Amino acid sequence: MKRARVAYSGAIHEATAAGGKLRLEDGRTVSEDAVVWLPPFQPRTIIALGLNYADHAKELAFNAQEEPLVFLKGPNALVGHRAQTRRPDDATFMHYECELAVVIGKPARRVPRTAAYDYVAGYTVANDYAIRDYLENWYRPNLRVKNRDGCTALGPWLVDRSKVPDPMRLALRTTVNGKVTQQGNTRDMISDVPFLIEYLSGFMTLDAGDVILTGTPEGVVNVMPGDEVVTEIEGVGRLVNHIVGDAAFGRSEKG
Amino acid sequence: MQAPPRGTVYGTLLNYRGALDALGDAVHKPPYKAPPKAPVLYIKPANTWIGDGAPIPVPSDAKALQMGAALGVVIGRTACRVPIEAALDYVAGYTVVNDVSVPHDSYYRPSIRFKCRDGFCPISARIADRARVPNPDTLAVRVFVDGAPRQENTTANLIRSTARLIADITEFMTLSVGDVLLTGVPENAPLAHAGQRVAIEIEGVGRLENPLVAEDPAG
Repeated sequence: MKRARVAYSGAIHEATAAGGKLRLEDGRTVSEDAVVWLPPFQPRTIIALGLNYADHAKELAFNAQEEPLVFLKGPNALVGHRAQTRRPDDATFMHYECELAVVIGKPARRVPRTAAYDYVAGYTVANDYAIRDYLENWYRPNLRVKNRDGCTALGPWLVDRSKVPDPMRLALRTTVNGKVTQQGNTRDMISDVPFLIEYLSGFMTLDAGDVILTGTPEGVVNVMPGDEVVTEIEGVGRLVNHIVGDAAFGRSEKG
Repeated sequence: MQAPPRGTVYGTLLNYRGALDALGDAVHKPPYKAPPKAPVLYIKPANTWIGDGAPIPVPSDAKALQMGAALGVVIGRTACRVPIEAALDYVAGYTVVNDVSVPHDSYYRPSIRFKCRDGFCPISARIADRARVPNPDTLAVRVFVDGAPRQENTTANLIRSTARLIADITEFMTLSVGDVLLTGVPENAPLAHAGQRVAIEIEGVGRLENPLVAEDPAG
C-alpha cells in the first residue's frame, strides 16, 4: 500500500496509489497533477541523522562519530512533493540531501535491534536541504541551517513496511535538472535502521508518527533558483522539489 | 490539569549573559571557534513533556540532573518575519518550564541523549495571559530543591530579550500557535537527584513543581 495526503477540491484527503492515479478515501479518482501533495503523514517528532554515510562524512571532512549525530526538526520545515523551497539570495552553498525516512508505527521503548522493524509503519523519501553559510559550531548542525521553513520535503508516498522487504539495500539517487549528481545505497549507512531504532528508543520513547531521516550519501552540490531537484529511492518514491529565490517569497534586498 | 503544548517546544542555548560568560575564552577556541551569532535553538520533543506535579524520571546512568529554569513564551498567532517592535503581539502568554538535562560540558553537537529523555520537559499548564505580564524582561526566576532556595536570576540578564528572540528566530523559521519558546536557562543550573522535589517560580507567571524519581530500569 502506498498512501498520500493531498489537498484537492477544497479539502485535505488521504489517498492511495491506483494505477498511476490517486484514489481519495471518498471514492474519487484523480490524476497526480490535479492535487497539491502534502507530507504523506502528520509527523510527531522529526529526528534526523548527520554524517551517517561514511563517504558523505569524508566529503565534509569529518571523522567517524563515536555516537550517531542526531538532531531534531520542527514541522515548519516540512513540505510535500512538488513544493517550492526557498534559497536565500545571500547563500553561497545550499545543497539537497536524499534520505530514507523511516516512519514509526507504535510506541517504541528500549527496542532491541532484532525487533526494530516491528515498530516501523513504513518509509518515504526525504530531501533535507542545508544551507552551509549559516553553520555555527553550537549544537551543530544548528537550526538556522537545518530547520528553515520549507527546507525538508517528504513524500510523495508513505510506503508500507511490507512493501519494502530490505530497507538496507535500496539505491538512492538525486538529479538536478535531469542530471545525476548523487548516487548511493542504504547498505552504506554507518548506523543502520535497526541500530538507530535501538539507540534512540534506548533513551527516548518513540511513538506513532515519529520519523527518522537516516542521512545522505556523498554527492551534494549547490542548487540555484529555477532548479528542479528529484530525490529518488528504489521502491519508495521519487520526490520532486523546485528551488526558488527570495523574490518568490516577497523578500528582496530592497525590501 | 495536564495540558501539553499544541505545538513544538524550542529551547534557546546560552541566552543568559552569565551562561555565555561562564565559557570564557573557550567560545573562541575549537570546536566553537567563535561565539554564537544567530540564536542557537534546540527542540524538547513530545516524549519529554510532562505536567506540573508529574515525576521526572532520573535515568540509571545519571547521578543527578540539571534543573533548567526557563520562561516559556506561548505563541498565539503565526509568527513569520516579525519585527521586534511587534514581536510581543504574537505572544498568547507565558508559562514556567523546567528544561531538564543530564549534565554535559560540550555544546558542539546537539545533545539529544542528554536533553530529550522521557519526562525531561515539565511544563505548567497554567498560562499567564500576556496582558498580565507587561514586561517579560524583568522577571525574577527562582529554583528550590526540597524547599531550599538554590538559584535566583532574572530575565533582565537575557542576551536576547523575548521580543528580540522572536524577531531573530522568525527571520528563518515560522513559529505557530501553541509553540512554546524557552528564552534560556540561567548559569549554574542546580542539580537534583531521585527522591528530591524541584520547584521553579517565575515572578508574575507561576510555579512548577515536580518530584524526581529513579527510572524503572526494567520499564
